[in-house]
Amino acid sequence: MTHEKLTMAQALNRALRDAMTEDPSVVVFGEDVGPLGGVFRITDGLTADFGEDRCFDTPLAESGIVGVAVGMAMNGMRPVVEMQFDAFAYPAFEQIVSHVAKMRNRTRGRVALPMVIRIPYAGGIGGVEHHCDSSEAYYAHTPGLHVVTPSTPGDAYSMLREAIASPDPVVFLEPKKLYWSKEEVELGRSSAAIGRAVIRREGTDATIIAYGPSVPVALEAAEVADREGRSLQVVDVRSIVPFDDETICAAVRSTGRAVVVAEAAGFASVASEIVARVTERCFHSLAAPIRRVAGLDIPYPPPKLEHLYLPSVDRILDAVDDLQWENS
Amino acid sequence: MDMTGDADHLLPSDSPVTLIGTDGHPVADASRPLPDDAELRRALASLITARRLNDQAYALVRQGRLAVYPSSHGQEACQVAAAQVLDDGDWLFPTYRDTVAAVGRGVDPVEALTLLKGDWHCGWDPYEHKVAPHATPLATQLPHAVGVAHAARLRGESTVVMALCGDGGTSEGDFHEALNFAAVLRAPVVFLIQNNEYAISVPLARQTAAPSLAHKGVGYGIPGERVDGNDIAALLSVLGEAVARARDGGGPQLVEAHTYRMQAHTNADDATRYRADADVEAWVARDPITRLKTFLAPGDSEMAALHEQAEKVAEHVRDGLNRDVEPDPADLFAHVYAEPTPQLREQAAQLADDQMREGALR
Repeated sequence: MTHEKLTMAQALNRALRDAMTEDPSVVVFGEDVGPLGGVFRITDGLTADFGEDRCFDTPLAESGIVGVAVGMAMNGMRPVVEMQFDAFAYPAFEQIVSHVAKMRNRTRGRVALPMVIRIPYAGGIGGVEHHCDSSEAYYAHTPGLHVVTPSTPGDAYSMLREAIASPDPVVFLEPKKLYWSKEEVELGRSSAAIGRAVIRREGTDATIIAYGPSVPVALEAAEVADREGRSLQVVDVRSIVPFDDETICAAVRSTGRAVVVAEAAGFASVASEIVARVTERCFHSLAAPIRRVAGLDIPYPPPKLEHLYLPSVDRILDAVDDLQWENS
Repeated sequence: MDMTGDADHLLPSDSPVTLIGTDGHPVADASRPLPDDAELRRALASLITARRLNDQAYALVRQGRLAVYPSSHGQEACQVAAAQVLDDGDWLFPTYRDTVAAVGRGVDPVEALTLLKGDWHCGWDPYEHKVAPHATPLATQLPHAVGVAHAARLRGESTVVMALCGDGGTSEGDFHEALNFAAVLRAPVVFLIQNNEYAISVPLARQTAAPSLAHKGVGYGIPGERVDGNDIAALLSVLGEAVARARDGGGPQLVEAHTYRMQAHTNADDATRYRADADVEAWVARDPITRLKTFLAPGDSEMAALHEQAEKVAEHVRDGLNRDVEPDPADLFAHVYAEPTPQLREQAAQLADDQMREGALR
């Protein structure tokens, strides 16, 4: 195994390269993914190195991109398609919900769709409207899709490799504000992260459950709490579907208190589902109701106001303060 | 990029291509030769079976064996031709009204009716005869057809894909996106629109203001052609040529077949609310089977043999649909993912447990 210091964007690029090198059926396509290398440069150099048959620009039509990927996956390929931004994936929604998610089921397992839909998502980069949506709940609510989101360059690499190798369609949500985060990445390895949460920081007083762009915020909150004498454990969900009840419930039972952090609007959200699941399973271990720190129930705000919308260290610490410590 | 602006070669003929007229005789000054006799006789056998299948399925709805059936009575020539022009390695993408086309490719008619019987969704193995599942969300299957064709082309295979849709489907965004992708990728796809004049109750004039549906190809750089959808000879010729052209690397083609939905949208629909009986009557005289029969003038014994063969299929369908197969509840969880998630395993165990207790109470 080799290691390299990479940004998340570079790690994703390496994952695509390595998968394309290993498996000639892996093809990459979408808007501007060719010579430009994608607006976030995730596909940088792939057309030059693998040729236009393996990485190509398509007409500007997301339903067409996903629909064509369905057909290619039906016919022996492993397409990895890029939706340019979260909100630009919505034209493909029917294809994703009615076909990508259901083909295996409709055909009693005869037609599998090994394909990956990469979606840069969530905010925190000062993007204008329609560029900052946290759209995970739409996909997570649809049986038949795997929905995953890495929070580190290392996971970005290994989870994308795993997603491409998966026999099932994977909605791969890339927290765009973390594209430039950097760390030592172990290359050449596919993870076993689909379906597995991971403890990012050990702690004993309360558990912060977060995913994607909220993980670094949760870790920062834990750091501040530590200075204030409170030990917070941080769990990175990573895989929204399948959901790792086991790891997450064990973590919550170990502390007896939990806060769920996610950028998406809180109403009817993945955060809500996590609270419900954990409460159903861990009720007798809980010293306080589980709190959510989520986006506000409003359309994503303009850049100058987004700091008010996003879960912050202060909001997380306030929620932790609210966990009925008088009962301990 | 050169944009020549020259669209003439993409334009359809002024009127639909017809080779055998409504009187059953070859039209004068036909634009192309008739298919050979063997092709036409093969088509006649398929047409008679197709009509019998449509009518049998319709009857099975009344008997409560099928939930519903969108009949293609009157449109059989389009579907028979679409299947007949394909090679074994080619693919067909049918809509919910194209059961006859799927059967034409070799799908067991009982399996083709599984969806409407309610046992499962797609009843056949799509890889066995290279027939995609029935698509009910309109036009959504068309981009898949392009993807299958493009994947084959990338591997250097000579596969052609026949993608079916109706006149209503041409208004959907996926129709546009699929044609555009097919043209840009030069994917070997033949798009066949069965223009039967109605999308449930909405007539074509409310669907489009285009000079014809075949003209829509011009906007994508795809040649369009119009064909008499009740003339199997013309359909075999036009579709056969489109398939050959696609196979030779000529790219996609759009074919509009002018036909008519003789029955209501499904048994659940009441067509008298939106169209006059006289309009339907006018199309009886254009029936595709009568026309071909007049042209081929088969002998009585030949016809008897064809009807006998059709009756066998009808019997097979009746038997298959009258046989109650108890769907296995475990199947509900088996094919959501390659491996059921822990949550699905939990739910499957819960359901099995519920059923066991229910069984014990009975």
